[in-house]
Amino acid sequence: MSTLTVQDHGVVQHDHDHEHHHNENFWTKYIFSQDHKMIARQFLITGIIMAVIAMLLSILFRIQLAYPEKAFPLLETLLGRFAPGGRLDTNFYLSLVTIHGTIMVFFVLTAGLSGTFSNLLIPYQLGARDMASPFMNMLSYWLFFIASVIMMASFFTEKGPAGPGWTIYPPLSALPKAMPGSGLGMTYWLISMVLFVASQLMGGINYISTILNMRTKGMDLWKMPLTIWAFFLTAILGVLAFPVLVAGVVLLIFDRSFGTSFYLSEIVVQNQQMSFEGGSPILFQHLFWFLGHPEVYIVIMPALGISSEVIATNSRKPIFGYHAMVYSLIGITVLSFIVWGHHMFVTGMNPFLGGVFMITTLIIAVPSAVKTFNYLATLWRGNIRFTPAMLFAIGLVSFFISGGLTGIFLGNAALDINLHDTYFVVAHFHLVMGSAAIFGMLAGVYHWFPKMFGRMMDEKLGYLHFWLTFIGAYLVFFPMHFMGLDGVPRRYYSFTEIESLKQWVSVNTFITWAAIMSALAQVAFLFNFFYSIFFGRKAPQNPWNSTTLEWTTPVEHIHGNWPGEIPTVYRWPYDYSKPGHDEDFIPQTVPFSQTLSSNLPHDFEDNPVNLESHKDWVNTQKSNEEVK
Amino acid sequence: MFLLLGTNLLMAQSTSSNATATDSGDTSAQQAGVWTTVGYYALLFLIVCIIVAVIGKIFRVYDLTLQMQGKKGINWNNAMAVGFLIFLVFGVAGVYYSFKVHGAMTLVGEAQSVHGKTLDTMFWVTTIITFIVFVLTQVLLFGFAFAYKGSDKRKAYYYPHNNTIEKIWTVAPAIVLTILVVFGFLTWRKITNTVDAKGEPASLQVDVTGHQFAWEIRYPGRDGKLGMKNYKLINGTNKLGVSYDDKNSFDDIQADTLMLPVNKSVRLNIIAQDVIHSVYMPNFRVQINAVPGLPTYFKFTPTKTTAEMRSDLNQSDFNYHLYCNKICGGSHYNMQKLVVVVTQAEYQKWLSQQKPYLSEQLKKELKLADNPLYKQAVLQNRLASNNL
Repeated sequence: MSTLTVQDHGVVQHDHDHEHHHNENFWTKYIFSQDHKMIARQFLITGIIMAVIAMLLSILFRIQLAYPEKAFPLLETLLGRFAPGGRLDTNFYLSLVTIHGTIMVFFVLTAGLSGTFSNLLIPYQLGARDMASPFMNMLSYWLFFIASVIMMASFFTEKGPAGPGWTIYPPLSALPKAMPGSGLGMTYWLISMVLFVASQLMGGINYISTILNMRTKGMDLWKMPLTIWAFFLTAILGVLAFPVLVAGVVLLIFDRSFGTSFYLSEIVVQNQQMSFEGGSPILFQHLFWFLGHPEVYIVIMPALGISSEVIATNSRKPIFGYHAMVYSLIGITVLSFIVWGHHMFVTGMNPFLGGVFMITTLIIAVPSAVKTFNYLATLWRGNIRFTPAMLFAIGLVSFFISGGLTGIFLGNAALDINLHDTYFVVAHFHLVMGSAAIFGMLAGVYHWFPKMFGRMMDEKLGYLHFWLTFIGAYLVFFPMHFMGLDGVPRRYYSFTEIESLKQWVSVNTFITWAAIMSALAQVAFLFNFFYSIFFGRKAPQNPWNSTTLEWTTPVEHIHGNWPGEIPTVYRWPYDYSKPGHDEDFIPQTVPFSQTLSSNLPHDFEDNPVNLESHKDWVNTQKSNEEVK
Repeated sequence: MFLLLGTNLLMAQSTSSNATATDSGDTSAQQAGVWTTVGYYALLFLIVCIIVAVIGKIFRVYDLTLQMQGKKGINWNNAMAVGFLIFLVFGVAGVYYSFKVHGAMTLVGEAQSVHGKTLDTMFWVTTIITFIVFVLTQVLLFGFAFAYKGSDKRKAYYYPHNNTIEKIWTVAPAIVLTILVVFGFLTWRKITNTVDAKGEPASLQVDVTGHQFAWEIRYPGRDGKLGMKNYKLINGTNKLGVSYDDKNSFDDIQADTLMLPVNKSVRLNIIAQDVIHSVYMPNFRVQINAVPGLPTYFKFTPTKTTAEMRSDLNQSDFNYHLYCNKICGGSHYNMQKLVVVVTQAEYQKWLSQQKPYLSEQLKKELKLADNPLYKQAVLQNRLASNNL
């Protein structure tokens, strides 16, 4: 990897260009911006809006689960025909579940998370003026935006939005007769998703090419912060996996609209034979999960990258096992392509195949475990500063452990027989990829807010936000494990019809109130976020005493990021609390020649010449002392 | 914080003005009632916000007073560290409570099938291992957060890596997972092998067909073999599309309940007609999807009758259920079938009372009276019963 040449891209001419670039109007600056910093903010704010929508949807269906027998006239006022008599319609309930999942997974935790922080940090932390292709970057955002609008527009179709679950398994999603949510709303969903994938591909190709080609002088791959490694591998995953979803979705469009039978066979609806023959519903599941599983790593890896950075900075300690962290990310990336079948153990897929997928699935737990242990080791003997970002990063590690461990049950095909599609699964993925990834995203927002908006967020409100959300998330998702162990299925409109499930209504009421509390806690965040954009305390250049390059740029955003030459990088990004140095951090831009007293042999592992000179220096020091 | 209070007040004004605006717009009394309730909750939330802001302000004032007196202000960093410690303590208590109360509501350890008992053992092994890891890592996480809270007097310990430790904590989980994988893989292979081996007593074959939103059950007749089906034959009278080109079809039996003899191997022959459903019976640790166009199977042996369960649980209305566990449409949540496990004798008695699938109307429709295959089958059947 280190053989890749680092580009030195004609800094001087570049500077010259930027002097003449400032005749921007409102449209080019705020709307059709090609500047990575603005695009990052566009992604973030769109992501936050989508997250709030998806959260409100979840509160709606949580109310239904807590009070299955009760009517809420307000719901009828707000939702009209979707809640006749103040009770949610059963089909609309499924639509809520579907759109909640779709928005959270794709629009918030993929676009909102990767889109924001890849765009913000890749040029900043690598020392680039902008993305490799700023125009494509702009297109990426606008396709995402259009996809979001189409997804939300489906709420205004006559029969409501898509309803077959976010996994949209055919035949349910292919037969408009089977449920209202498979009608026009489903068409909107499919179109929205095709545009979304196009957006992701443009973004991903941009991230990869920027990381490979536009690093500043001295920034070899092993000097990149873990955030960049995570974004890089995430982008690779996305570029390889997302097109498969498009293939799957397009074939589904064919089946729905043009009478083909890719996924359909031997179907009878209301005693009437359909003309589909020879297709396989399982094929769709393979195509869906070929993306779907890498997707959960697309969601969690950027969050892990962000938390690595935040934990190291705020523990004032190098991340433990930098190389191991990178290798485990690479391991997760590779393995995530060969585990998708664990979503399909009981679908009728050949059971031998299930056994194979089980083996690969449990292997992927190893790099995940290594990452967790490395986080713990980083905290050990640190000098921890609890900024809100740090709190959220610690919360992420806690969720990642809690949710990750239940993956060992679900990844085991035999145990999955009884747990598949129950609340145990709901608890598992909401902790390990839902809450953990959201916490990663929030940690990122709190940490890089000064860089994005030039102002600080209020710390105390951040503390309040963290504790309410952290406690709330555990109160919501922990009891769900036990519901799953009692065989409570997910996507049930109510648990009143099946005798053995009735006992869980009281627990559901508790969960709903915990969810409402967590949702209200987000007001603290939203207020803090939007208020601080305009009225927050002005941020210093390097508020967290961080080592990475983005903090060497001026607080006021300028086109091209650095006013003069792009700084050169001399060292890895984690020189915190190095013994022998007067401050507890050494920025990446400080050459070793300026820090002779704190240099270690470790710093020159990949550079034998400098290692020699370092040894010479140490020897001279020693002999000097002896002379004294 | 001062600013915060101010904006909270601002927010208060805007929210209440919104509420009143919509309020006046509504004419019907019921609607007004709704908005009063909404207004009440909004007000409540607002009061909470204001209280939070006031508390924040008090802290700020207190902090400033301390600083003015030349003392150190509130150390929020230590407060957060203590917060994690408190969270750990309450977390442990909460986990204990949840295991005790919610855990008692689950089916864990009560599998009523032969393979289910193996799964329960595996579940316990996995639970114990993961629970130890869970407690250890969470204690370390929050413990470290508390123990190594920052201070200006100290510098963190520069410790970038240690390959030996890295190797240990790569290999250790790998070994544990290998054990779980091997155990799981062998069990899985055994459960999913649904073909009766040579020498094994033949399993009871039952046909389970899912459609929106019900399950249809069909038992084989005296021959013990289910007749073939063809989806093209499905209509109002032949709901499953049983094919009468197959002589095994003639004696098949229709049932409303999934009645199973205890301690006898059963093989469910599963299919769906419209969309994907899932046959789920958590008491027996049974689940497999019902897929249109793709037959699936599940073989298991129930070990306890419904009556025994009732007396053991001291619950006179206990019943086993089969319910759908794959989203299938609006009434997905109510797609269930009663399952009753009985003794062999009771089963035989029940079976003899069930109606044949081949109803008189179906016979007429298919003009079976002229069908040579049917005549032959009826004849054979008579001979067989005479022989008994």
